[in-house]
Amino acid sequence: MSSLLNRIGLFFAALVFVSPAILFFLWMISLSLKFEIDNGAYPPILIPEHLAWSNYAKVFEENNFLLYFWNSVLVTGTATLLALLIGVPAGYGIARLKAERSAVVIMIARMTPGLSYLIPLFLLFQWVGILGTLWPQIIIHLVVTVPIVVWVMIGYFETTPMELEEAANIDGASAWQVFRLVALPIAKPGIVVAFILSVIFSWNNFVFGVVLASRETRTLPVAVYNMLSYEQVSWGPLAAAALVVTLPVLVLTLFAQRQIVAGLTAGAVKGG
Amino acid sequence: MSATTPERTGVTTQAIEESQAVRLAPNYWPFVVPALVVVGAVIVFPWAFTLWMSVNRWTLGQSRSFAGMENYLRLAVDQRFWESLIHTLTYTALSVAAPMFLGTVAALIFDAKFPLRGLLRGVFVMPMMATPVAVALVWTMMFHPQLGVLNYLLSLVGIPAQEWIFNTNTVIPSLVAVETWQWTPLVMLIVLGGLASVPREPFESAEIDGANAWQQFRYLTLPMIAPFLMIAMIIRTIDALKSFDIIYAMTQGGPGTASETINIYLYNTAFSYYDVGYGSAMAVVFFIVIVALSFILLMLRQRSEWIGVEGK
Repeated sequence: MSSLLNRIGLFFAALVFVSPAILFFLWMISLSLKFEIDNGAYPPILIPEHLAWSNYAKVFEENNFLLYFWNSVLVTGTATLLALLIGVPAGYGIARLKAERSAVVIMIARMTPGLSYLIPLFLLFQWVGILGTLWPQIIIHLVVTVPIVVWVMIGYFETTPMELEEAANIDGASAWQVFRLVALPIAKPGIVVAFILSVIFSWNNFVFGVVLASRETRTLPVAVYNMLSYEQVSWGPLAAAALVVTLPVLVLTLFAQRQIVAGLTAGAVKGG
Repeated sequence: MSATTPERTGVTTQAIEESQAVRLAPNYWPFVVPALVVVGAVIVFPWAFTLWMSVNRWTLGQSRSFAGMENYLRLAVDQRFWESLIHTLTYTALSVAAPMFLGTVAALIFDAKFPLRGLLRGVFVMPMMATPVAVALVWTMMFHPQLGVLNYLLSLVGIPAQEWIFNTNTVIPSLVAVETWQWTPLVMLIVLGGLASVPREPFESAEIDGANAWQQFRYLTLPMIAPFLMIAMIIRTIDALKSFDIIYAMTQGGPGTASETINIYLYNTAFSYYDVGYGSAMAVVFFIVIVALSFILLMLRQRSEWIGVEGK
């Protein structure tokens, strides 16, 4: 009986801690579905009489959002795939070489403010003459994605059993064959974690885009920020745009909660 | 003559051992090389270049000339820089303390069993995954002095309306509230990982000895999770020092320069005034501040690990 009361008490305590998150996202949805009259009402209205779905239509019609969405997909997708291509073998190599010291490099990369990469790379991209394309953003997003992938994969390969690899090695398989045919298939769950975290932190990145993006190469976070500064601020479409930007990430978080928690607690990584 | 035979056999066995060693320990370096090249290109090169720029007089669009330590000396007497350093340290201290406390309490709750735990934990983690700019936008609307929902909620409990991010006195605490909202979950996850590794037995014997819940927490749980708390604190410190998206999107360092942290000042110097030489010097000093603070915390961590072992 007392244990039942205990559990109910804990449930409500947890609810108190989760409520700022719940209330924030509810309010965000509410703002995005209200007409200007309702958004300007006092006292504020949570659920309006008329839902303003037109806010979402407006976001896509007036602001080139489909282009920016596609830019975000290209930048995050390419930067993540490149990071996996480079980072998974690197994580394997570092784990097998037992070169734990190389983790220091990743820690230093984490301590470095993103802006100190931006100034030199901005100048470099200007000299090379690729500033109008998506490539500068893809390349600089590697600063975020590669350390995440390497970090997660080192942790993962350190826990996978060596016996199979040693057996394959004695049977005469080359290092590459051992990696490709033995280690890689076992590491799939680790790769999924690395992929998800890399996608999230690359998708969310703002500072690189705000410096490097031109009108045609904006990613979603930059596009949303520009809406704030240029438009006569009307809250409905603004909140709708914010929701469109962050929805893919939130959906991914809900579906892959277990992997994300595992990856974050193991490596405790964050891009930026 | 007879001496050569053992020597030769020695050489042969050594050769055989070597070839076996080669087969037993494959060459793993090729796996690492592509990553090293990329790290060199996008991390090491910018660092070298930043150091070089920092000793030059260099504003974009104008000619460049060698300046020696001039930029660094300029920093030392730049009042705006010192103010931004104070803003950064204030912001960081608050943005570490609040999530550390709340995250630890949340972890203690989520470590126990109760209905809908998985779902609630999932929702609790969502703020840290949400896109910071989108989050900043909605918070800006909620902070609105006339139409914002927060002042309405305050009025329900009889607290007068606040100006939040629009007042020089409340802007930093308001930004810290957003940062805390977003990053408490990360502290919670790290501490939760620590709690999962705590053994049950000491608690059972403590209970038999009549220790109450607070004593159990203070003398058993706390020392055992101390290393995890230190990791959370180091990560939080680094991230709070580097915080950019939320501050830039919500206030751009304003009102005036009341919330201008080093990172924001650095951004303005390099990309609004195009003074890349001075900006680079600032980046170098900023990096040194981050490394120094992390290093102090790492030293503390080693101490706390030692205490943690003793606690067991």
